[in-house]
Amino acid sequence: MKYFYLVWKSLWRKKIRTILTILSVFVAFLLFGLLNALNQAFGGATDLANAQRLITLDKISIINSLPSAYLTRIESVPGVRRVAHASWFGGYYQDPRNQFAQFPVDPERYLDVYPELTIPDEQRNEWTRKRDSVIVGRALAEQYGWSVGDRIPIYSSIWTNRNGGQVWDFEIAGIFDNDDPRSNTLFMLINYDYFDEGRAFGQGSMGWFILSIDSAANSAEVADAVDTLFANSPNQTKTSTEAAFAESFIGQYGNIALIITLILTAVFFTILLVAGNTMAQSVRERISELAVLKTLGFEDRAVLAIVLAESSLVMFVGGLLGLGTATLLINVILAGNIPLPGIYIDARAILTGLLYMALAGLAAGIFPAIRAMRLTIVDALSRA
Amino acid sequence: MSDDLVTLKDISRIYEKGKEKVEVLHQLNLTIKQGDFLALMGPSGSGKTTLLNLLGGLDKPTSGSVEIGGEKLHLMSSSALSRWRARHVGFIFQFYNLLPVLTAQKNVELPLLLTSLNGKERAKRAATALAIVGLEDRAKHYPRELSGGQEQRVAIARAIVSDPTLLLCDEPTGDLDRETADEILNLLQALNREHNKTIIMVTHDAQAAEYARHTLHMDKGTLVVEASA
Repeated sequence: MKYFYLVWKSLWRKKIRTILTILSVFVAFLLFGLLNALNQAFGGATDLANAQRLITLDKISIINSLPSAYLTRIESVPGVRRVAHASWFGGYYQDPRNQFAQFPVDPERYLDVYPELTIPDEQRNEWTRKRDSVIVGRALAEQYGWSVGDRIPIYSSIWTNRNGGQVWDFEIAGIFDNDDPRSNTLFMLINYDYFDEGRAFGQGSMGWFILSIDSAANSAEVADAVDTLFANSPNQTKTSTEAAFAESFIGQYGNIALIITLILTAVFFTILLVAGNTMAQSVRERISELAVLKTLGFEDRAVLAIVLAESSLVMFVGGLLGLGTATLLINVILAGNIPLPGIYIDARAILTGLLYMALAGLAAGIFPAIRAMRLTIVDALSRA
Repeated sequence: MSDDLVTLKDISRIYEKGKEKVEVLHQLNLTIKQGDFLALMGPSGSGKTTLLNLLGGLDKPTSGSVEIGGEKLHLMSSSALSRWRARHVGFIFQFYNLLPVLTAQKNVELPLLLTSLNGKERAKRAATALAIVGLEDRAKHYPRELSGGQEQRVAIARAIVSDPTLLLCDEPTGDLDRETADEILNLLQALNREHNKTIIMVTHDAQAAEYARHTLHMDKGTLVVEASA
């Protein structure tokens, strides 16, 4: 620690160069933080999945609806505790750019199956009682400034109502939260009965079923039993765990993890070249100063440590600023307002970032440091 | 008991430049007493700086022995030599070689980083060293804010701050005007007389050599003649 002042002052020998290097490290770790959060959101959707929930879809495609009669039949399968259903409404608020998810659901069933969604009892009762009402997530309500009792028009690009229009008028009965801070609440739940009666076509169909089962250990057996039940029907089903459903849904976007890994590899490789070049230049310019340190009695390993500490300091200053900014953005400033569940920078990502900073500092500084360590005093002083 | 501080026996130093071997020092013998102030003079290439490097443990002889204060430098490892330099030698260079990113105070504190002193004690000792060279009011100045003479004073303060046995000066006034050079030489003389520092100074300047107690002349790697001041 007593060398810290010397290391710190040496770092600022060329202020602009050091600032630019720190900025490039800052950008790299900002990207690392943001992309890591994105990866967490895509890959981590499975982490948020409940092991005791199964999803039953049409075997051919998620866009094909299933008959509502399936609900009671699925509920009769041994091991199934409760069944909820949901459909895709496909609407927006006022402007096509204001897209968010809306699901017509059975209020009681849905909230039973998703106990992590919390809402005051009186609001829950109001939603159940009032057929044209909806409940909205806290983040969504905050985004559009909605309050309980507001009436909001939602334009559906899929569902024409019986009046021949696309605009559905709803009253907000309640605002719900999610116990898991990694989840977002940017969606709306519509009373299914009102939706089903109001739509011009497709009555009696449901998008998918969500099964709450007794034990996660029986998920494979229950899924098989459900799919066997409809094996010879016109609408065959495919039942999977919520995690597998999330994975297959995300898989539609491609291998996000690989893409992110490739981007980060390119970014870090570039940073190593930039920081490595900076350190090499810095050592080259200070040959005589390093020789003086050795003359004063600094041992070779002390000189090695000083140069390595400099490159590590650049990485940690830029890296902590970058990762800190990313964490502040994702976890605090934009928390809950990003339409992607599970987007979050967790402790594991921060620890990984710290490890990368240490490794990058070592990699960028090791060759200049070895060069500094091997300096022969007499040669270095005679060249100065 | 002998009061010889430095004993060099049959010192040779040969450098290899490609296939060519250049003998810079040839069978040199020398003793220097504790508290001496010795000037080394001679033409360029005569081996003065090489001899100074051997005395400071910056280089090792090809053959022969270097014994200073009872320690055999020619047998020491690189790390042991570093530790020995930190304890026993202060260096003063022609171009001062201060670290430009550090203030005068922090430059003087540098050798003390190798001791077990804490920050407060280091600062106190550095302030004392700066006071000895008359620069206590320039402690917070960076080298670029000092004149050449002041920079050399800071370098002298850095050399004496750890109270070394031996001060090695390589053309300490080579980059200074006459008046400033005399000030620096008076300071070195005071360090020798009042603080009993043993000083070995390489110089081309005959007037500078007059400040020393003894002068040795070198030519082609050997000592030629000894004169007393």
